[in-house]
Amino acid sequence: MGIIETKDLVFEYIRRDEEGNVEGITRAVDEVTLDIKKGDFIAVLGHNGSGKSTLAKHINAILYPTEGTVWVDGMDTSDEEKLWDIRQEAGMVFQNPDNQIIGQVVEEDVGFGPENLGVPTKEIWERVEESLKAVGMYEFRKYSPNKLSGGQKQRVSIAGVIAMHPKCIVLDEPTAMLDPNGRKEVIRAVRALNDVEGITVILITHYMEEIIHADKVFVMDKGSIAMEGTPREIFSQVERLKELRLDVPQVTLLAHELKKAGLDIADGILTVQELISALKL
Amino acid sequence: MLRDITLGQYYQTDSVIHRLDPRVKLVTTLCYIISLFIVDNWIGYVIAGLFLLAVIKLSKVPFKFMIRGMKAIVFLLLIAVVFNLFLTPGEPLVTLWKLTITREGIRLASFMAVRLVFLIMGSSVMTLTTTPNNLTDAIEKLLGPLKVIKVPVHEIAMMMSIALRFIPILLEETDKIMKAQIARGADFESGNLIKKAKSLVPLLVPLFISAFRRANDLAMAMEARCYRGGEHRTKMKPLAYRKRDAIAYIIVVCYLAVCIVCGKILW
Amino acid sequence: MSIILDHVSHIYEAGTAMEFAALKDINLVIPDGQFIGLIGHTGSGKSTLVQHLNGLLAPTGGNIYYNGADIHDSDFNKKELRSKVGLVFQYPEHQLFEIDVFTDVCFGPKNLGLSKKETELRAYAALKQVGLEDEYFYQSPFDLSGGQKRRVAIAGVLAMKPEVLILDEPTAGLDPKGRDEILDQVAKLREETGITVILVSHSMEDVAKYVDRIIVMNKGQIMYDDEPKAVFRHYKELESVGLAAPSVTYIMQALKKKGLPVDTDITTIKEAKTAILKALGR
Repeated sequence: MGIIETKDLVFEYIRRDEEGNVEGITRAVDEVTLDIKKGDFIAVLGHNGSGKSTLAKHINAILYPTEGTVWVDGMDTSDEEKLWDIRQEAGMVFQNPDNQIIGQVVEEDVGFGPENLGVPTKEIWERVEESLKAVGMYEFRKYSPNKLSGGQKQRVSIAGVIAMHPKCIVLDEPTAMLDPNGRKEVIRAVRALNDVEGITVILITHYMEEIIHADKVFVMDKGSIAMEGTPREIFSQVERLKELRLDVPQVTLLAHELKKAGLDIADGILTVQELISALKL
Repeated sequence: MLRDITLGQYYQTDSVIHRLDPRVKLVTTLCYIISLFIVDNWIGYVIAGLFLLAVIKLSKVPFKFMIRGMKAIVFLLLIAVVFNLFLTPGEPLVTLWKLTITREGIRLASFMAVRLVFLIMGSSVMTLTTTPNNLTDAIEKLLGPLKVIKVPVHEIAMMMSIALRFIPILLEETDKIMKAQIARGADFESGNLIKKAKSLVPLLVPLFISAFRRANDLAMAMEARCYRGGEHRTKMKPLAYRKRDAIAYIIVVCYLAVCIVCGKILW
Repeated sequence: MSIILDHVSHIYEAGTAMEFAALKDINLVIPDGQFIGLIGHTGSGKSTLVQHLNGLLAPTGGNIYYNGADIHDSDFNKKELRSKVGLVFQYPEHQLFEIDVFTDVCFGPKNLGLSKKETELRAYAALKQVGLEDEYFYQSPFDLSGGQKRRVAIAGVLAMKPEVLILDEPTAGLDPKGRDEILDQVAKLREETGITVILVSHSMEDVAKYVDRIIVMNKGQIMYDDEPKAVFRHYKELESVGLAAPSVTYIMQALKKKGLPVDTDITTIKEAKTAILKALGR
């Protein structure tokens, strides 16, 4: 059994009009079954409204399945007694950095999670230090979050989750509100967590360049999983991705265009190096 | 730029006063305010003034920062002085048209002025030397006994500290929304009161919606980080009394005693 | 007809410890009908710059002229300037407030004191220009998707019939298709109406694909102001200030290094494809 597993997961919410009458039911997640191996770097793609955020919130037990089951490290998320264990093991980073930082000083914010877990004071300090170092924000520990850039704030949010010693971390479009430099900082920090600390990462994003190094990619559409595979397998299907309102990295797109023009190039070129060898230069 | 506003205008430096436990500072400030209302003679005010000066000196906060806080109350101060000066009955000294200044009036007015000035300065010393964070911690701890009668002390303190964190963010957002609406020809300045109030709708609706969304997001983020109220919670920076805090308490008690003796009994 | 910036500078909090020069001696001419890309990393001064163009911020030094008139002259009509130089901020959530989409778009023209009929005609035309379908007109703007909100926000400014349209990161937070759709719509709008467009963006690919002039800001100054190819030729200098050329440019550099005789000025996929095929003799 993987660290995260879902079986026939369905999530529906009821739309109501202004008087509170039921207008209809929307199925945001539809029959999703997946199995995520411990230590993997997983990417989830999908256009706005494809259900990927809703899926992510199930992993942290913020939402509960309407039908089906979600297991985090073997614990059923609908088991209320396990709620806090699940939230400790599967941390979550959200899109807007301003709306998830609670502390008025960086180090206090990182300490918030361990405080909630009842970790002894001395150990909180150790955890805060190691977490801030892991994301490269230790020198900013005394700063007010308001004085940091977007990328720095997101790294603080990530440190806040690591300090809870999770086995898995879900990042829900952590780079959507950042500039290119901020995006790079955050992705670098996330990759380091996965490589060095061995934390399972589930990254939800719109930016194709961010997922080239993922072990596995899921593409969501209309609440269900439309595509599943390695980045290369996914990016080989340029036309299919475009149908799903997505994109491919620029070099993949160029290779695809060249192939269409008759050159003998394999599908799913991911780097410039690969393109060079495909062109036999 | 609005983000740089720090509420309570904390002045960063290292001094004995800064290092004191925030509870000591909070209690001392309360005692000081009480002392100002106990004493009603000049000796008492001189003692209160000396005590204040000593604390300011120890805090290493430049005096001009103390004065800055006074600007906000100049108007209030004037009203209090004028009312006391003219409306206190007693032995007339000067009569201007229908208004009479009495000996008692002068006395009361000057006492009132001194009281107000000391009060504001005394509280400024606290806010200038204590971070808002520390202050909420102190309030949480001092109000702790109220938990017995089901007062949600932890929640109140948490609300205060979240408010402190979000005020600068919402101020900046207000600025952005105003600009976005001005760019669409909105006018927040001209017109009569009703028109002005109406013109605030395009500002307030996006602001409220944003504040609610932020609140919602924040609640979710807090839950995701296992927040479940004050129970089982440990503290990263627990408040702990040290020797200097005990000394400070003794000094405060002595000060209060001196005030009562000189300002009240010896009268 | 143009906007001219003459030695414009802007200093925040002058005279305090937090003094910060956001713009330093900017000289710029923005003639009619151009499609301009304004790039620079966060804090480079580009936001401050665009807020000067419609008079939201006043320069602390220098002058700004709109069609020859100094916009900070006491008899200059600022309100009219704001209708002529339309600025759409990054987050549509900051401006949408009305009960439905159509009423919201009417807000701008109504503020100009136009008649009800004219206001509604303009709102309708603006919503058509941004490609929003009729079915959304009477929905609450808060129920729309991110891309649709963006369109309504742009329409809200277009309804004032501006001559210059400034878009501050119109694609932030949208999915790839959403990004392309918005920018294609803007390009189409420009073709049809000849409006001047200033696109503030972080995406070099977007800028390279659409604009015919790029202004690069760094530390409050204009670093480059030229056509895209010429600007991206300085990719090394751009990197040193935290920017980059489009990825295609790097691909072409790498290919050339490996001996493929291609032009390294290339900034879009389409050009790259043609150039590679040509170099390979196909």
